[in-house]
Amino acid sequence: MRARAARRSGVWLWLAPTLLAAALFFGVAVGETRIPLATVIDVLAVQTGLSQRVLDPIDASVIWHYRLSRAVVAACGGASLALSGLILQALLRNPLAEPYLLGISAGASTGAVLIAVAGLGGGLVGMSAGAFAGALSAFALVAGLAHVAGGGAGPRQAAVIILAGIAGSQMFNALTALIIAQSASAEQARGIMFWLLGNLSGVRWPDSWLAVPVAVLGLAVTLWHIRTLDAFAFGAEAAAALGIDLRRAQAVLIATAALVTAVMVSIAGAIGFVGLVVPHAMRFLVGTRHGRLVPATALAGAVFLVLSDVVSRIVIPGQVLPIGVITALIGAPGFALVMIRGRRR
Amino acid sequence: MTPLLEVVAASRMAQGRAIVSDISLRLQPGEMLGLVGPNGSGKSTLLGMMAGLIRPCRGQVRLKGLPMQALRRRRIAQLLALVAQSAETAERITVRQAVELGRIPRLGPLRPWRARDHEAVAAALKAVDMAHLAGRDWSSLSGGERQRAHIARALAQAPRILLLDEPTNHLDIHHQIAILDLIAGLSVTTVVALHDMHHALRCDRVLVMRAGRCAALGPPAQVLTPGLIRDIFAVKAEIIPHPRTGRPVFDFERLC
Ligand SMILES: Nc1ncnc2c1ncn2[C@@H]1O[C@H](COP(=O)(O)OP(=O)(O)OP(=O)(O)O)[C@@H](O)[C@H]1O
Ligand SMILES: [Mg+2]
Repeated sequence: MRARAARRSGVWLWLAPTLLAAALFFGVAVGETRIPLATVIDVLAVQTGLSQRVLDPIDASVIWHYRLSRAVVAACGGASLALSGLILQALLRNPLAEPYLLGISAGASTGAVLIAVAGLGGGLVGMSAGAFAGALSAFALVAGLAHVAGGGAGPRQAAVIILAGIAGSQMFNALTALIIAQSASAEQARGIMFWLLGNLSGVRWPDSWLAVPVAVLGLAVTLWHIRTLDAFAFGAEAAAALGIDLRRAQAVLIATAALVTAVMVSIAGAIGFVGLVVPHAMRFLVGTRHGRLVPATALAGAVFLVLSDVVSRIVIPGQVLPIGVITALIGAPGFALVMIRGRRR
Repeated sequence: MTPLLEVVAASRMAQGRAIVSDISLRLQPGEMLGLVGPNGSGKSTLLGMMAGLIRPCRGQVRLKGLPMQALRRRRIAQLLALVAQSAETAERITVRQAVELGRIPRLGPLRPWRARDHEAVAAALKAVDMAHLAGRDWSSLSGGERQRAHIARALAQAPRILLLDEPTNHLDIHHQIAILDLIAGLSVTTVVALHDMHHALRCDRVLVMRAGRCAALGPPAQVLTPGLIRDIFAVKAEIIPHPRTGRPVFDFERLC
């Protein structure tokens, strides 16, 4: 039996990168303008040094600088947000926990906008640092509010955290609006509002230099804590009894969830529901043990966001929707489903 | 020789009230110590302090001669397992997966699951008569089956000290006796909170608690006297030797 399990995980070792590569290729091949598949392959071959063919510079630029960078960042963002949701669900023991619903994304937006508008510089890294501070403040606020509102354990506690998350989101969104109204120029304001909805349109290669390492770091930290996440199945006290250093584990994992969310928000704004839909779908497919759930969630999150991005570009011909619209269209019914199932228990 | 676990004048306050005060005891190797006392007398709190999960406000709990705070949680969990009074999950996990959690203190990010872990889990499931339910969903278990699975999880931890908070709760009479036989047969040191006097008689020593204080500590036959039971629980107790085995049997009558 164990041998079969080993063989099955062996299969995943090559199947996972293949699936990811297929999703990325799909993201590169499909777009607003139709580019023949042969051209797409040619461009990829030339850019990776496999071919010396001469290309149409516009096609080459669209495929390499626009579509591929965007697909890579979408993959990193999808994995990051899905893992962030998974971590929050395990630690808070709340199936509805997710960075967007808990107001962490809103806090990150406020932090990023503050840095951008104040012109403190630092570019994307500076904005990410601001977003990280914002995300942590939002989590502290929401957790504190939920704690004060109390409710002990169980369904009521779960509801209290989500309500606190709504309050936190509203407050940070209002703060963001205030900062924009106070100090941004009209042009800046329009750009910021568009970005806030969750948007990958502005993504180029430099964004991936931050997105890729942070997503890899987030995945590595989460993989390192697989057994810690498992240990929370019967609650925090049971985890402590199983030898988990609660304060350390919670600090590291919450900081990781906040960091990956913050970086994604600085690049593409607040994209909701990825952290909710993907982990639940994967629990359904691979079970609740994090040894399988973490890699599956990272992979599925990456594929999900790349595909959502493709859909956002082609669903209305000639118009690109913010990706947050697509994830919300899929995610909100998912939220309802999780809620209804939780009630039935 | 330093005792494995020692409670030194430990007290715990909650909301300005002492819920455990000035308890001292040393666990003797291999003994089974019973904790007896009315609801709210501080049994669970004392067990929590012994497990290092609740910090005494005054006094100390020492494990292998070291104060709890000086030890890493992981090290504590390798020596000591706790079956809490109630622990529930909404996650969809199987009985086997729940019992496998007990191996966490012995695994690490870089120390994978091995045959030894597999055997420990299988043996623990068998010990509590749950092997045939290993594949069942947690949510489908009855209260008693959950309790047995929790005990299996603690056994899978392979601890030197086993702390059990009312382990016979929810169990039918067959499994109550089975669990007590199991605990009594283990070579590990156990501390077990109990409400049934007949069960308490099987312990090597009992600690009787009243309002957070130690009312008596000693062998059950000496401690669990009609006078003490009347004092602590406000019931009139009569102890009748069983006509055949001679074992003491309690008869209770409530005092108004
Ligand atoms: N965190 C807390 N805050 C306030 N009071 C507490 C807290 N924990 C325990 N108590 C109180 O301390 C007393 C002792 O509680 P404990 O759970 O230790 O009792 P117990 O002997 O295990 O009771 P039972 O037989 O009902 O399990 C109770 O009156 C309880 O209400
Ligand atoms: Mg108790």
